[in-house]
Amino acid sequence: MSLPKPMMRGLLAKRLRFHLPIAFTLALTAAIAFKYTVTEPKKRAYADFYKQYDAVKEFNAMREAGIFESVQPTGK
Amino acid sequence: MLRLTTGRVGSLLTRRATAAVTTSSTRMANKEVSESVDMSQPMYWDRVDIPLPDRPYKDVLTDADKSLKQKEKGPWGQLTKEEKIALYRLTFCKTYPEMKQQTAEWKTVMGGIFFFLGFTGLVIWWQSVYVYPPRPRTFDDEWKSQQLKRMLDMRINPVQGFSAKWDYEKGQWK
Repeated sequence: MSLPKPMMRGLLAKRLRFHLPIAFTLALTAAIAFKYTVTEPKKRAYADFYKQYDAVKEFNAMREAGIFESVQPTGK
Repeated sequence: MLRLTTGRVGSLLTRRATAAVTTSSTRMANKEVSESVDMSQPMYWDRVDIPLPDRPYKDVLTDADKSLKQKEKGPWGQLTKEEKIALYRLTFCKTYPEMKQQTAEWKTVMGGIFFFLGFTGLVIWWQSVYVYPPRPRTFDDEWKSQQLKRMLDMRINPVQGFSAKWDYEKGQWK
């Protein structure tokens, strides 16, 4: 009946010492992965879209399709 | 507080004066119903999370049991194995492995789940025939195709979403 005295203190600190670096690394990895798989492609897509975007042409196309209430298609 | 058996419910409704706790002394008057448990006394439970219930399993001991309990007060090395097991069974009804034994209850549970899922299906079927209002016209194919055309004309989500997938020159999906 002479067992060693169990650890009574510092249990949370021990757990944190092990898990906190892992948690931070994983969170950082998730953020970096999200940046380069989602936000960068999205920014590129928007930049490319607006490089060749002619607002007037699009407006006229939409006007001919008849979706506006303030302007009618040409010819009416 | 009372654990109500079905007979007890009937007697409660008819005899309000005796609706108090039924102790063993009044059990004689209600012989036609099954015994109810007096919940004001400590009770015995076989539960995995209560290793030492409120009272031992057998609290009315026969003479043989009483002599065994006397022997238990001495050094335990003098007890035989059978005596030790008998003493255990006096205090506890089931051992932990017996308590944890798998039952076939899951079959009943799954059967009940499927039965009521089926019943719900029948209820929903009945509802779809007798309760639901007529289908909105926005679900017709013609309406939906007009809706789609209008969305493309309005250039919904032209960068990465809906209209980005439509080829406006060729008039088809990319």
